[in-house]
Amino acid sequence: MADIRPDLRYTEDHEWARPDGDVVVIGITDFAQAQLGDIVMVELPRVGDRLNKGDTFGTVESPKSVSDLFAPVSGEVVEVNGALDDKPELVNSDCYGEGWIVKLRAGDAAELDALMDAGAYAKHVAEADH
Amino acid sequence: MSIATRGLQFREPLIFEVSSPGRTGHSLPASCVEASGDVALPAGLLRQDAPAWPEVSELEAVRHFVRLSQQNYGIDVGFFPLGSCTMKYNPKVNEDVARLPGFADLHPLAPTSWTQGALELYATLERYLAEITGFSAVSLQPAAGAHGEFTGLRLIREHLITTQGTPRAKVLVPDTAHGTNPATCKMNGYATVPIASADNGLVRPEDVAAVMSDDVAAIMITNPNTLGLFESQIKEIADIVHAGGGMVYCDGANMNALLGRGRPGDMGVDVMHLNLHKTFSTPHGGGGPGSGPVCVNDALEPYLPVPRVVRGADGAWTVDFDRPATIGRVKAFFGNFGMHVRAYTYIRELGREGLLDVSGMAVLNANYLRVKLGKTYNVVQDRVCMHEVVLNDKHQRRDAGVDTRDIAKAIIDQGFHPPTTFFPICVHNAIMIEPTETESKDTLDAFIEAMETIDRDARANPDGLRQAPLKPIVGRLDETRAVRQPVLRWSPKAG
Repeated sequence: MADIRPDLRYTEDHEWARPDGDVVVIGITDFAQAQLGDIVMVELPRVGDRLNKGDTFGTVESPKSVSDLFAPVSGEVVEVNGALDDKPELVNSDCYGEGWIVKLRAGDAAELDALMDAGAYAKHVAEADH
Repeated sequence: MSIATRGLQFREPLIFEVSSPGRTGHSLPASCVEASGDVALPAGLLRQDAPAWPEVSELEAVRHFVRLSQQNYGIDVGFFPLGSCTMKYNPKVNEDVARLPGFADLHPLAPTSWTQGALELYATLERYLAEITGFSAVSLQPAAGAHGEFTGLRLIREHLITTQGTPRAKVLVPDTAHGTNPATCKMNGYATVPIASADNGLVRPEDVAAVMSDDVAAIMITNPNTLGLFESQIKEIADIVHAGGGMVYCDGANMNALLGRGRPGDMGVDVMHLNLHKTFSTPHGGGGPGSGPVCVNDALEPYLPVPRVVRGADGAWTVDFDRPATIGRVKAFFGNFGMHVRAYTYIRELGREGLLDVSGMAVLNANYLRVKLGKTYNVVQDRVCMHEVVLNDKHQRRDAGVDTRDIAKAIIDQGFHPPTTFFPICVHNAIMIEPTETESKDTLDAFIEAMETIDRDARANPDGLRQAPLKPIVGRLDETRAVRQPVLRWSPKAG
């Protein structure tokens, strides 16, 4: 059963977002990492990139596929998880912690509120897993 | 450890690993030129050490490469159901014709007065392909499918710049398109806008209309698509894109299903490419270079690559470089001419009726597999398909915890090449099977039996299946480590 944390917001593309002070931390969910299998590369954006909600900002690669990462909210990239360059497997082992991907300075708090909560996401996962 | 595995199969080391200092496979005569030590190369380009070539006898070199060739699996060895790759048999008569000295020994810079036959074949093949696809002109120059895509989209770009003053910025790509299409967009400077297919596996015109704008240069649509389904609303989709001032690119890699039955040029498509190494039976997958002709309507014809092969007023064939609107060359000389000879031979061998049988049998075979395999595997769109059918591991994963990768590996133990897996990505854990028209019912039945055996094995002994393949010389590879820590080059052991 996929680990879904109550304190996070979620997207249909199986990313999570967590407000942390004035930034939003973003990663992929436990369900996503399990579906992808062993992550072998994470392509990160550059600090300073400005993203609109829905923009692709990077990719996650496993032996079976390459998946785009989509910005769950609009904002400017203020930090990327450089540790993933050498240890992409952190996304598998700790997707909600050390396996975070980017931090955005978000402009519009309403965009974050519009994302799914844990309950809605659990339902989304149940429907996707077939 | 013995190198023999079973029978006379060999665990073949790298040729570097069998090297023995001083052993040699040649005896060259002494040079008749006195070495002066002067070499006409800049000092910085001269190597300081001798290269570490393997030192083996002629017999060792012959055995090494013959053994490797025996480990190869190709269409001449067995069934190769690789979805969307059309791994059909390559008739040997193609090879006979391509080896005629008048074709095989031709110099690409020979004067046209010496090459009239080759030029006539070239122009005639273009005409055949135009007739088959319903377009007005064809360029045989692109070297393979993705190169044809690049060329085709470049023609659209050039046309938009000429007629609208802007190339526009975006290209629409459905999630059932071939994987190379987004790369083609990027290579031509376009951003891609993905379109999700509907629940029935087809692109809906209203979804195209919703994203069509002044910014959209084209839609790149694969038809039949990668779910093996015909995009039945292609004309409506084309009308929407045209009304918005864009153009329609059709990825023709799946043309095998349509030969003689439907022409993309009649469906509102402006430009498409063909894969001669798929539909027209030239070698595919390491057997030879590809060839990706691009077929266009009248609007795009002026931009085709040069040279064009044309017939002069005197009836002689000549090459025409005087095409002011051309995008230029995309390949040296005429493209992969040996492949053009093979494709021409294939079309002449089969004729109109034969090509109809190709598409008919390709579709029949795919549907035979769909119905038979549907008894044990989940068919993603379980209705009449075209040339290929997409399954997935839904039942086996649910009942036995065995997934697409395990099933694909187990197919190797059953003596077949695995199908395409994990593609298209709009299907979870896809298994994409294209039998092609060249397989007999006996072969298809053997494959069905193998797939049913795998399903039974998965339920009886899932742990065993997760170890597959057990029979080949090399078992299951560590794909994760291969990507994370690739060793791409042999280097001598230290000491």
